[in-house]
Amino acid sequence: MTYIYDGTFPGLLTVIFETYRLKQKATAIVSECDYQPGLFGSPLFVDAQPSYADRVITKLQHCCGQDIRRFLYHCYLSEQPRIEMLIYQFAVLAIESNDNILENFREPVIRQLHRIERQMHREVHRMHAFVRFQETNDGCYVALVSPDFNVLPLLGPHFQARYPALRWLIYDTTRHYGLYHESKDTRYVTLNATQHHILTDQMITSVEADYQALWQTYYKKVDIPERRNLKLHLQHVPTRYWKYLIEKQGK
Amino acid sequence: MQDRVQEKLSILADAAKYDVSCSSSGSYRKNTDKGLGNSNGMGICHTYTQDGRCVSLLKILLTNHCIFDCAYCVSRRSNDVKRAAFTVQEVVDLTINFYKRNYIEGLFLSSGIFKNPDYTMERLVGIARKLRKEHQFNGYIHLKAIPGASDELIHEAGLYADRLSVNLEIPSEISLKQVAPEKDYPSAYKPMNLLAESIAGYQAEKKQIRSTPLFAPGGQSTQLVVGATPESDYQILHLASSLYQDQQLRRVYYSGYVPVSEDARLPALASPPLVRENRLYQADWLLRSYGFTVAELVDETHPHLDEEVDPKLGYALRHPEEFPIDIHTAPYELILRVPGIGVKSAKKIVLARRFGKLRREHLQKIGVVWKRARYFVLTADQDFRWLSLDPTVLKQRILYERTPQTYQLPLFAG
Repeated sequence: MTYIYDGTFPGLLTVIFETYRLKQKATAIVSECDYQPGLFGSPLFVDAQPSYADRVITKLQHCCGQDIRRFLYHCYLSEQPRIEMLIYQFAVLAIESNDNILENFREPVIRQLHRIERQMHREVHRMHAFVRFQETNDGCYVALVSPDFNVLPLLGPHFQARYPALRWLIYDTTRHYGLYHESKDTRYVTLNATQHHILTDQMITSVEADYQALWQTYYKKVDIPERRNLKLHLQHVPTRYWKYLIEKQGK
Repeated sequence: MQDRVQEKLSILADAAKYDVSCSSSGSYRKNTDKGLGNSNGMGICHTYTQDGRCVSLLKILLTNHCIFDCAYCVSRRSNDVKRAAFTVQEVVDLTINFYKRNYIEGLFLSSGIFKNPDYTMERLVGIARKLRKEHQFNGYIHLKAIPGASDELIHEAGLYADRLSVNLEIPSEISLKQVAPEKDYPSAYKPMNLLAESIAGYQAEKKQIRSTPLFAPGGQSTQLVVGATPESDYQILHLASSLYQDQQLRRVYYSGYVPVSEDARLPALASPPLVRENRLYQADWLLRSYGFTVAELVDETHPHLDEEVDPKLGYALRHPEEFPIDIHTAPYELILRVPGIGVKSAKKIVLARRFGKLRREHLQKIGVVWKRARYFVLTADQDFRWLSLDPTVLKQRILYERTPQTYQLPLFAG
């Protein structure tokens, strides 16, 4: 049976619930925005049901501990191909097993999920590191990012704790939405602008340009040429992140 | 104004870069509603230099004017370099503004000694005080504790800083006397011991009374320069291990000597001893996280770490009687001693073996470096005992596999 869900995390959990309620195993789980009619025979459309989703989580927490909700949510946000099926297969394994299946590193599905979760974790950590705010004329600190995964929903707590008194915006230019913070309130925003219009030179303060230049000077000066090791450098700062790193711009 | 700060920054960042520590981890400091910044234990490297070192902090000298003449140091009195000094406000502005833009985790402030140690330390503490009190800055601050400064100043530094460090630099006092005649070990150990005592005291008190203020929650660290003087790895690791035990240091950093002077007191090196530095770091990890002792890694008859193989592999090759170990029954501590198995893999092995026998592919997928580990473990399907584990043969095999095979076409010819 092919299941179509609304693309949300609770929606996916509802699908898992339905496979048990209807006793119909899933052969494919597709988000409705990716669904192409005719490709999968007659699929079943499933609407997200928060109460069903909660029951799935409760059961899985019983099998694998409290942290499982976070774990699966992070995997889901990775947007990896077939991630829905992996999570479904995981749920089946977890419910069948009488031990904490999450610790069974012999099982390929479990290893893949652990791998995805680790990649996700690393991407979040990289965003903590590579976000570069620029001060705009109206006093807002704006950063553009284009992470590999959809990590914006996971960045809030870190930057809230760090910059509670500032007004800031982190905007994902690939997924076209941003996280905006203003006095204790953090929310998602979408801008009607292409990425080139989000931050123009006219919007940036002159002080901002000075500090960018200072940062570039600093970056150049901490280098020890005798020790150069570009392979290691690229491992830590892959080139796909360079476009929004101030220290990699300019001369 | 801007140009002047640019110039100062380029001189004083350049002079500070030989201090390799740039860690911002291990300290927990909460932010307030109106404040700026926090530390949550996990350090963040905001960028990396082209030599692959982490850039986490704004690492600068307050000034590179110095009354000392240490042969290994770029800022020594007799060296003909441009001198500069930041004002307190300049350092504060740079820190706050870099931090707001998420360039850094905080400030690492060191300084040449001008006038006298107290005068210098007072300025360092003044900057930290201003950041914490006037700007509600709760990001990371690493300060140098200047040997010879008064106990009161060192103590006040601990109240504002997350981490403090006193660099021993030269790994034995005899050599130190030769290259830095104005310095000695006792004056470096004095602030270190004072800090160790206070840190332990505040920690004990914090357990009883929650409102006890933080005192250097990130502990202290030091740096040893490797290759500038004739000490062996055995001496260096012994010194490091005693610093971990007696002074409760969080980290000892090893810095391969970068030839910064043509002083006759120092060797002329073509390039810094990077491999040796790497082996020392590996050995250091084995001491701190893998339960090894210095005597197991080096001794008087083998005073140097093998540069060809990592110290864990070296240990396994010298102790064939302890291997192979059975992956299904061995305790965690023994699995940790197998070359090619790290802390994460060892933990996964211990969890996964409950579910059934582990085979070679399981271990590989778990993250074990099979080409090194295979000779030292027994798995459900692999047993390399037929090789009879002759250490010299094993070493050759492992080294041979590492060298690129000759039939491969070079990727970047010419």
